[in-house]
Amino acid sequence: MGTASTLENIDAVRAMIKRAKLKDHIFGLVGLVCIMLILLTLLILFVDLVVDGYPKLFSADFYSNFPSRRAAKAGLLSALVGSSLVMLVTFVSAVPMGVGAAIYLEEYAPKNWFTEIIEVNVTNLAAVPSIIYGLLALGLFVYTLDFGNSILTAGLTLGLLILPVVIVATREAIRAIPIAIREAAYAVGATKGQVVGQHVVRYSAGGILTGVIIGMARAIGETAPVITIGALTFIAFLPESPVSSTPPFINFEWLTSGFTVLPIQMFSWLSRPSSSFHVNAAAAGAIIILVTLLMNGIAIKMRYNIRKKIKWQ
Amino acid sequence: MANADLTTKAEARDFNFFYSNGHHALKNINLPLYENKITALIGPSGCGKSTLLRSFNRMHDLYPGNRYEGEIVMHPDNTNILDANVDPIEVRMRISMVFQKPNPFPKSIFENVAYGLRVRGEKNKRLLADKVEEALKGAALWDEVKDRLQDLAFNLSGGQQQRLCIARALATDPEIMLFDEPTSALDPIATANIEELMNDLRGKLTMLVVTHNMQQAARVSDYTAYMYLGDLIEHDKTGDIFIKPKDKRTEDYITGRIS
Amino acid sequence: MNTATQVQEPSQRTTISPRLAKNYRRNITERIIEFLLMLCALSAVFTTIAIVVILVYESYSFFEHVSVFDFLTDPQWTPLFEDAHYGIMPLVSGTLTISFVALAFAVPVGTIAAIYLSEFASHKTRETVKPILELLAGVPTIAFGYFALLLVTPLLQMVFPDLPTFNMLGPGIVIGIMVVPYIASVSEDAMRAVPMSMREGAYAMGATRFQTAMRVVTPAAISGIVAAYILAISRAIGETMVVAIAAGQQPNLTFNPMDSAATITAYIVQVAMGDLPHGSIGYQSIFAAGLVLMLMTLFFNVLGHFTRKKFREAY
Repeated sequence: MGTASTLENIDAVRAMIKRAKLKDHIFGLVGLVCIMLILLTLLILFVDLVVDGYPKLFSADFYSNFPSRRAAKAGLLSALVGSSLVMLVTFVSAVPMGVGAAIYLEEYAPKNWFTEIIEVNVTNLAAVPSIIYGLLALGLFVYTLDFGNSILTAGLTLGLLILPVVIVATREAIRAIPIAIREAAYAVGATKGQVVGQHVVRYSAGGILTGVIIGMARAIGETAPVITIGALTFIAFLPESPVSSTPPFINFEWLTSGFTVLPIQMFSWLSRPSSSFHVNAAAAGAIIILVTLLMNGIAIKMRYNIRKKIKWQ
Repeated sequence: MANADLTTKAEARDFNFFYSNGHHALKNINLPLYENKITALIGPSGCGKSTLLRSFNRMHDLYPGNRYEGEIVMHPDNTNILDANVDPIEVRMRISMVFQKPNPFPKSIFENVAYGLRVRGEKNKRLLADKVEEALKGAALWDEVKDRLQDLAFNLSGGQQQRLCIARALATDPEIMLFDEPTSALDPIATANIEELMNDLRGKLTMLVVTHNMQQAARVSDYTAYMYLGDLIEHDKTGDIFIKPKDKRTEDYITGRIS
Repeated sequence: MNTATQVQEPSQRTTISPRLAKNYRRNITERIIEFLLMLCALSAVFTTIAIVVILVYESYSFFEHVSVFDFLTDPQWTPLFEDAHYGIMPLVSGTLTISFVALAFAVPVGTIAAIYLSEFASHKTRETVKPILELLAGVPTIAFGYFALLLVTPLLQMVFPDLPTFNMLGPGIVIGIMVVPYIASVSEDAMRAVPMSMREGAYAMGATRFQTAMRVVTPAAISGIVAAYILAISRAIGETMVVAIAAGQQPNLTFNPMDSAATITAYIVQVAMGDLPHGSIGYQSIFAAGLVLMLMTLFFNVLGHFTRKKFREAY
């Protein structure tokens, strides 16, 4: 055929391959730099917060003091308590709802336009900016339902926010269970409810848990929607304790209490012009980032183990 | 074997292959490919015929941990293409390959055929156009696509896509062409077209064809090698293998006792 | 028909055998379970409806005071001033400028990282880096706000001494850093979805890794990669804390990233931090701004969704 063969031009071909492979090496280097840049960012971010917040991070007062006008005295106590209580509400509202929705979509929902609408909604909600949830909560929970800017409002708002995360993770976990397991249960006379409750949910519990952890980690760090509903930044009291030593032991007054949470406290310190408050902000940031990294890390590791361990065959 | 007027284009010598999981897939293979002849590799699934074929252009290098032992030598330059100093890219520029399933690139018909030349740094538009036309004619596809060279290759039928892949392989003037079950994903008419095309190329190009279909081996090849469990059992002229196999195992396979 | 109604009557039911009665109860429980689960699933629909209703309702009240024309054309946004102006343009310009800076950083870095991970990195590297990308995606945005204000902007000020403390460049870059993991992991997924046979086709022609990646895999995955970009734009537009902390709170009709400006999200935060009475025009204005934000992100989400769908259909 036409041109001279590769063999006759072997030296030219080799030179050409060498040139082409040089680009491989250059790109390999550039790619590695980009990856390192990403990884280093995470490291720098964390180290920066720890270094800046160092004086506060290891002082016991920081965790037992209320906010104060003096940076040296200001502490995290009300934010720690607030975050814990809000997370409790978020957990209680989002997990049953999200898991229930996922079970419905995977096990019960017929393939029709109605289900399609629900699916589109879940996908869409996952991409709605978090501050929009804040506006929703402001209009719905704070004013229409008159919950005020309370722990209940904040917990429900964050619950709605992480609902898609829980739904998606649960569905993925449920989908991994083969039909054969369900058929085996049906074959011995189980009802659909029993198949779902005793088999599907049980076997996918690990996957559901990873989704719940990732969702909760997101809720802990979320700031914008909680600001929007009017969280206070200066709380020098603690809400009524949910449990007490006298009957009836449990009360729900704390739900309507005003509150602050960790990221709000950090934001408020960060917004002060005085840089002495920035130390407090850094320490709060280090704690938030540590908690979320830990939770996400555990969830990712769990998911990896589940994928590796369970082979339905 | 009467091979007085035959030149050996390439040959495997005491060739062994190990997959990364330790599986010893090919054992002491000795196989010549004669110049401008078609050699067919037959054998039951898992016998190593595709593994052997893919060793000829070092496709196994794409996956870490695979290991070659022994030699595959190309003539006339006597290069052992498995040698660590030989760049697999150089090998692939001399030996092209057609795959089991048509795998056109998400590009136009023209760009698919021109791809090998572009990789070789060819920029001359006139030359590219000439080579693409020549290759498409060589693959018996030119008349069907000459008016829509800029169409996306995915719009072609399966059989046309496979002929496009043959054109893509032809465009770079390879010394050897490898066909890995080239018709197994095609309907009978498209299969007949590809076989006819291979017949047209006979005598112009050295070819190695893996096929699952014994009739196909009988129809298109000059030489046939029968493989079983990683061993090369028998290699001879196609007519001889099918009419009077020397080995019992070959006979069993050809008569349908092993499948 | 008749027999069917008879079974429903109480007198008939008492004669049902105990076994069937148990089945009947079972069926009722099953129905209740299914109904409750459906309610859970419907919560997603209710949430969407509630978002739309609240945004539209409050915006409607807002537009009773402010004409839509002024809203879209007035170059000033000063709802809290004596001389109030309600032009959304300065907030939109701030939002778009910061998103542009973010994407200008994130698209090259994220794409290169994706190509590297998918086509160049060893299996082990990939398995190590991907979880870290996920970790990075889970870092709260407030931490990135700190990063923008107290680390990135001061660093940038060494290069550009005129850069004000509050500017759009620093937060833009930081939002870029935030969306890089997203772009990288979604694009990498798209590239991994390109069938191996296509790569083998290229390598068999003698292509190098770089040639295979750039001329075959990337074009084949392009709609998936573009979907990642579009969804990243949506995230950048909706990002709140980084801009609220580091970009300043003054609405400013400019596209210069060296200036300070407010975004839609930063404005909502600013108002929410204050103490505006419920029902005032200032209160309503954050819903009107939120509606615009919602429409902008919805546009990119829908666009991204269809681009990705197109990609999934191809493979």
